[in-house]
Amino acid sequence: MAADRTTSAPTTLTQATGAARGTVGESTLRPDGTLKVTGEFAYSSDLWHEDMLWGFTLRSPHAHAAIRSIDTGEALALPGVYAVMTHADLPAETHYGLEIRDQPVLAKDRVRYHGEPVAIVAADHPETARRAAARIAVEYEELPLVVDEATATAPDAPLLHPGRRDHHAAHVPHPNIVHRQPVRRGDVAAARARADVVVRRDYEVGMQDQAFLGPESGLAVPAEDGGVDLYIATQWLHVDRDQLAPVLGLPADKVRLTLSGVGGAFGAREDMSMQAHACLLALRTGRPVKIVYNRYESFFGHVHRHPAKLTYEHGATRDGTLLYVQCRIVLDGGAYASSSPAVVGNAASLSIGPYVVENVDAEAIALYSNNPPCGAMRGFGAVQACFAYEAQMDAVAAELGLDPVEFRQRNAMSQGATMPTGQLVDSPAPVAELLRRVKALPMPPERVWEAAGGPVDVRALPGGLSNTTHGESVVRGVGYAVGIKNVGFSEGFDDYSTARIRLEVIGGEPVALVHTAMAEVGQGGVTVHAQIARTELGVDRVTLHPADTRVGSAGSTSASRQTYMTGGAIKHTCKAVREEVLRRGRERFGASHPAWAAAEAPRLADGKVVTEGGEVIGDLAEILGDGAIELEREFRHRPTEPFDPRTGQGFGHVQYSFCAHRAVVEVDTELGLVKVVELAAAQDVGKALNPLSVVGQIHGGSAQGLGLAVMEEIVVSPDGARVRNPSFTDYLIPTILDTPAMPVEVLELADDNAPYGLRGVGEAPTLSSTPAVVAAIRAATGLSLKRVPVRPEHLIDGR
Amino acid sequence: MDFLRPAGWEEALAAKAEHPTAVPIAGGTDVMVEINFDHRRPEYLLDLTRVAELAEWEVTDRTVRLGAGVPYTRIIEELRAELPGLALAAHTVGSPQIRNRGTVGGNLGAASPAGDAHPALLAAGAEVEAASVRGTRLIPVEEFFTGVKRHALAPDELIRAVHIRKADGPQQFSKVGTRNAMVIAVCAFAVALHPRTRTVRTGIGSAAPTPVRAREAEEFLGGALEEGGFWDSGAPLAPSVARRFAELCAGACRPIDDVRGTAAYRRHAVGVMARRTLGWTWEAYREGDGRTAQCA
Repeated sequence: MAADRTTSAPTTLTQATGAARGTVGESTLRPDGTLKVTGEFAYSSDLWHEDMLWGFTLRSPHAHAAIRSIDTGEALALPGVYAVMTHADLPAETHYGLEIRDQPVLAKDRVRYHGEPVAIVAADHPETARRAAARIAVEYEELPLVVDEATATAPDAPLLHPGRRDHHAAHVPHPNIVHRQPVRRGDVAAARARADVVVRRDYEVGMQDQAFLGPESGLAVPAEDGGVDLYIATQWLHVDRDQLAPVLGLPADKVRLTLSGVGGAFGAREDMSMQAHACLLALRTGRPVKIVYNRYESFFGHVHRHPAKLTYEHGATRDGTLLYVQCRIVLDGGAYASSSPAVVGNAASLSIGPYVVENVDAEAIALYSNNPPCGAMRGFGAVQACFAYEAQMDAVAAELGLDPVEFRQRNAMSQGATMPTGQLVDSPAPVAELLRRVKALPMPPERVWEAAGGPVDVRALPGGLSNTTHGESVVRGVGYAVGIKNVGFSEGFDDYSTARIRLEVIGGEPVALVHTAMAEVGQGGVTVHAQIARTELGVDRVTLHPADTRVGSAGSTSASRQTYMTGGAIKHTCKAVREEVLRRGRERFGASHPAWAAAEAPRLADGKVVTEGGEVIGDLAEILGDGAIELEREFRHRPTEPFDPRTGQGFGHVQYSFCAHRAVVEVDTELGLVKVVELAAAQDVGKALNPLSVVGQIHGGSAQGLGLAVMEEIVVSPDGARVRNPSFTDYLIPTILDTPAMPVEVLELADDNAPYGLRGVGEAPTLSSTPAVVAAIRAATGLSLKRVPVRPEHLIDGR
Repeated sequence: MDFLRPAGWEEALAAKAEHPTAVPIAGGTDVMVEINFDHRRPEYLLDLTRVAELAEWEVTDRTVRLGAGVPYTRIIEELRAELPGLALAAHTVGSPQIRNRGTVGGNLGAASPAGDAHPALLAAGAEVEAASVRGTRLIPVEEFFTGVKRHALAPDELIRAVHIRKADGPQQFSKVGTRNAMVIAVCAFAVALHPRTRTVRTGIGSAAPTPVRAREAEEFLGGALEEGGFWDSGAPLAPSVARRFAELCAGACRPIDDVRGTAAYRRHAVGVMARRTLGWTWEAYREGDGRTAQCA
């Protein structure tokens, strides 16, 4: 069943009409939306506890140095200071990490990146804690830096992690390479000999930051049982707990986490930041400890998107058929592993994009270096590859004299295609159709800045309010791109989610309580999960229990997976609850109506038990009476398998999602300033559970990709590996004036393997918006532009 | 850190005399950021928000005496006719919230080479009214900036007002930033035509250790306009004149490479802005805006 619609954010939806209690498929307003817009929502940085202390982290000013000594005496002597802790004070396990436990809780004898935590302080005032930290005397001896592939693999390169024993260590060509994943299929050498056109180019992607607006923060409260309760903004409560418990030397059940208000995540809260530090200080002092990073510290407090250097070679025949792709993707993982191995797996397996290519020779690696640690960010390895392969598709099309969209469509994959990993694409993959749709949209009007007839409206021009042009040297360009992203955790990971549902009668009405550990980071689980329960249980009133570790893991709010996974767990658990309702109903009222005995199971709707024919045969409130039903179930997606370490072959991914963009830009070619006029998207979402929220995700992902295209980059000094722009003055993210009109076409082609046929939505739009914008700038300027973000000077000196 | 809250101007001057290290604060859009980031830790903060007269202005025959505490929003809304260049510059400052709080007095006190008001003040022609218990003096704005984030005030002096020449011809302001709003200047340029004195003045921001005027460019253009009788004829400018003006403006820059942009780009961009803004102002002058203003 295919359905689709052209959607833009509704402008008239109100709380009254907006189906605040919607079911699956209805646009439903967020319960926290108004609170967030009016500034009333309680974020983790707003947490407060009587008698609480404030924690502060002392960080390394060097990117690579030996620690000769640490003297905390002066800090401890400051009145108001309750504790100062260094590596020597750690009670148990000293390292943590998502996949490889290589990251010190506090640096021991060596720091490996600028901003690495060295000591922590608890004091009765944040200012006192900060001053005390400044009094800690650390003697450093700077060491030679590893900053790129050449310095990482040089014969005398310092090893970032000597004596590695992780499971990738045996397969890597050098100990400063975290992980390497080749993907080989067909015969590239033979294909190259047959190619009429060969395009080989180098590309570069700068280090993007997630730039969430609510900085890292949380409150750790020591408990009477010797354990600790942590209130925290995170993406995955249970994986935090599993890393924390060994560090605190506590059993997992004494480390209890509750989700606090999260101000955005985008991958940056997958790794721990202040979690261990706050808990350690709370257990040491016996007092609640709160830690809040400011914006400056936040830039050092989380991993970023891997910067990448990519080399691509595409070969095609004269008629526009891609024969082969050879590529090499070098991701800089920085000082610690974080999720680098999984990012490598994605980059390699998705390296050629949503195209059918028989012959592929791809390789992705992640380096250990002294640059800031990089890990998860929306798009996760697929973003970097998409920038390069889409630039290549345009370049090959130009060589062939073909229209770039037509060339893509000619090589586009569809259901039944085989990935370079050998995996069959066994659900809809409407790549050509998505491109057709964005191309068919009407073009935005030209020269709108002079449309009014009065003075020039600079807001519509490159430079905007800065008043740099009144139309001089402004050239329009149009660009297209499409991408492919995996959904859910891949490569054999046991990916599951848990839901506990309680159905009972309150005030004469059936009410469902949905308890999961799902981290709401803005993605919209708070609407979708209630919509699912409402639909499956036929009840109007659904309450979402606060997320905590008293229920089983929900897995991470990442990889576009929560609607699929925790939504799937809720659907699955609702089914069990429904069966129990029907069992009880049959027991008590089975004799009263023959339909109870029928083979067709009745359904639940509007608080009633209803037959297939629509006849009401029971009342939920009556069936339940005083007896609540409470069940907890786990839900797993279909299993995947690891990629072969030499060939990359394997059924590695759960599901694929696809998005296409058309970007229209105006470029001031003399000043190198860019205004993105329109960024249209088409995406297949399988089934839009909350269409409003789906469009919001596509808008947000598109804007984040636009940011990478034209402004967002953490600049690291090449000589000192120090972050040069840790502020929102110099790390720029798009404002509303930089955010164009974004028409969205939503396709709903069901994936039969997924709950409701849905497809994860959040990441795919982040992939293709970057290359689409850059393609449009290339079209306007004629420049080749092999690096993002594109900076004004690149458009002037022609790089 | 002590917080001093004088109720009037004399009290403020006395406080500053008694505590010369006190940092004056009005909107707090700059000082509070520095304090929050621990970039500075003043012994005393001198809050000027209770000194009501600082938020006022006076328009006289030839000048606007702009109180140091007038927020940008009011300049945009109420002084656009008298101070068009400064109003354009004010429009590029931060966000609406920042423009509601930030002041020209604060911009001068910070003396950043990237301060948005500075090029507009240089181009319009302005004097900073500096006061202390010892008395009051007027410092020409081009002498006010003495180095990166340094100015000509004595430790006991406060900025009371800025005396800005009222526009007698078209003025323009342009700023390059790497996004379309709420951005710090990569570089900025202002130009003002002064038909009454038949002169042209300029201001360059973020392209030298201090905001500067492109004096050679001003003299060249002034000469070219005079010699060709352009002020009277209102004839179109030859492209070669605009080009030479742009080159001289670019030449007046002493930029550096930093995280916001390269020196070469800054020099180039100042040239482009100079050529364009000259075009816009001259066009406006020809269309009569300037010449009417001159007659008025």
